[in-house]
Amino acid sequence: MYDKLFPPKKVSLSNGKVVLQKRSRTPLILIVLIIAIIVSMKFTGFSFSVLFTNISSFFTIIGQMIPPNWSYLPKLWSALMDTIKMSLLGSLIGAIVALPFAVLASSNIIKSKTVVIIFKVILSLLRTLPTLVSALIATFVFGLGPMAGMVAIFLFTVSYVGKLLYEAIENVNMGAFEAMESIGMTRIQAFRYAVMPQVLPGYLSQSLFCFEGNVRYAAILGYVGAGGVGLLINEDIGWRDYPSVGMIILALVVTVFIIERVSEHFRKKLI
Amino acid sequence: MTTVEKQLRNAPRNYWYTIIVTVIVIALFYWSTRGVISLKDIDAKGFKIAGNILSGIVHPDTALLFNITKQSVLYLLVETLAIAFLGTIVGGIISIPLAFLAASNIVPKPIAWLTRLLLIIIRTIPALVYGLMFIRVTGPGPFAGVLTIGLTSVGMLAKLYVDAIEELDTSVLESMTSIGCTTFEKIRYGIIPQLFSGFLSVTIYRFDMNMRDAATLGLVGAGGIGAPLLFAMQSYKWHQVGSVLIGLVVLILIIELVSNKLRSKLVKG
Repeated sequence: MYDKLFPPKKVSLSNGKVVLQKRSRTPLILIVLIIAIIVSMKFTGFSFSVLFTNISSFFTIIGQMIPPNWSYLPKLWSALMDTIKMSLLGSLIGAIVALPFAVLASSNIIKSKTVVIIFKVILSLLRTLPTLVSALIATFVFGLGPMAGMVAIFLFTVSYVGKLLYEAIENVNMGAFEAMESIGMTRIQAFRYAVMPQVLPGYLSQSLFCFEGNVRYAAILGYVGAGGVGLLINEDIGWRDYPSVGMIILALVVTVFIIERVSEHFRKKLI
Repeated sequence: MTTVEKQLRNAPRNYWYTIIVTVIVIALFYWSTRGVISLKDIDAKGFKIAGNILSGIVHPDTALLFNITKQSVLYLLVETLAIAFLGTIVGGIISIPLAFLAASNIVPKPIAWLTRLLLIIIRTIPALVYGLMFIRVTGPGPFAGVLTIGLTSVGMLAKLYVDAIEELDTSVLESMTSIGCTTFEKIRYGIIPQLFSGFLSVTIYRFDMNMRDAATLGLVGAGGIGAPLLFAMQSYKWHQVGSVLIGLVVLILIIELVSNKLRSKLVKG
């Protein structure tokens, strides 16, 4: 299509041969990008003048967060623990539940096409739903509190670990599996001894990685009433109590950093 | 002793390690169930609401889904898309200088280290906090959403850009110097071709993620589809909830599909 509108340039080489050089697509892509940017700026009301006149208030807020309000720490502690508990429990149960889901969604283990497709669709639908939205729904079903946050994290973990795991299972070397079946093992035994050892390190490492991310997500779930520090963040910003917000952020940064270090240590060991 | 038995004996035995890790995991599991799992709040009402949400998804409010006013799902989805797109562009532009400042093969070690620390801090602060802060700057609306998405993108984009910069093949640059290329030519033909596709692929991936973030930012009043979802749920209008959820899921699936296609094309060249 593009080549018809802008015919390729003909280049005659020194030996008399004529070759076609296709026109670059760059101008077209640039024009589309610029139009998209302008339309988006219209839609979102982006204005540089507002940005430059008011951006100082953003830095004023950050300035007020330093130094953090240390006396806030005792009040923060239980919410922080709730956040960690929520993400730990959600990730753990989610990772365990992801295993059967992933097996049922991998086309080389399950022969029935319909089952595979159903489970793949379930996993990708779960993955599209943003965690905060599923937490919001969960608060209506399970009531306000960490239980709702746990459910939201659980759903996200199932979809995330499940997807990576079924991709790993589908890429596994099936030779060992077939050999074990041929010497008379059942399919489950063959899966346990031929496929599991191949995917296990990846599975554990993905689960740990997911847990790391979940701690960050869990921090904001409180905003919709699903327990943890999110509620405190919302309250304190509402009251413009920025030193306390600074304390919460500091505590979060430290917690996330520690969890990342620990999980990275174990992930390096696994691989 | 046969070879098989010998091999079996040689297998590493770390029972203790396994047992200790298992005990720690079980202890953590037990500790985290305290105070989190409370089934007392789930009663008939909860199940009824769950049923209502499901029936709302099956019978969405089609009028809300397809008309073209400022309150319709379609308009709000386009707004969410615009927030995510513009935010990604803003984040990408800010990330490039930061990434060069954090690459240890370009700048001295202390500067690289400091920039990395800044990036870690930017990454850890949740998007909603930025959202609430930017609302103080620009007032509620999609503009605050764009700035938030831009800033949160910087944390991840700059980190992944740094990885690409540090893998730069410098022998290409050396050979260009040896045949007498100027600095500008070296940047244009030696550095940009190496970095461009990697940067673009990462940016498209981040755009995919930003779609989800942009959808949730509406909950704090930073524009997009989040706010109508929250209002519809709080007023128990399950048909509207259903149509918003359907629109959101379909849009995110389409974006994911397109972004995967584009990225696999980029990787294959």
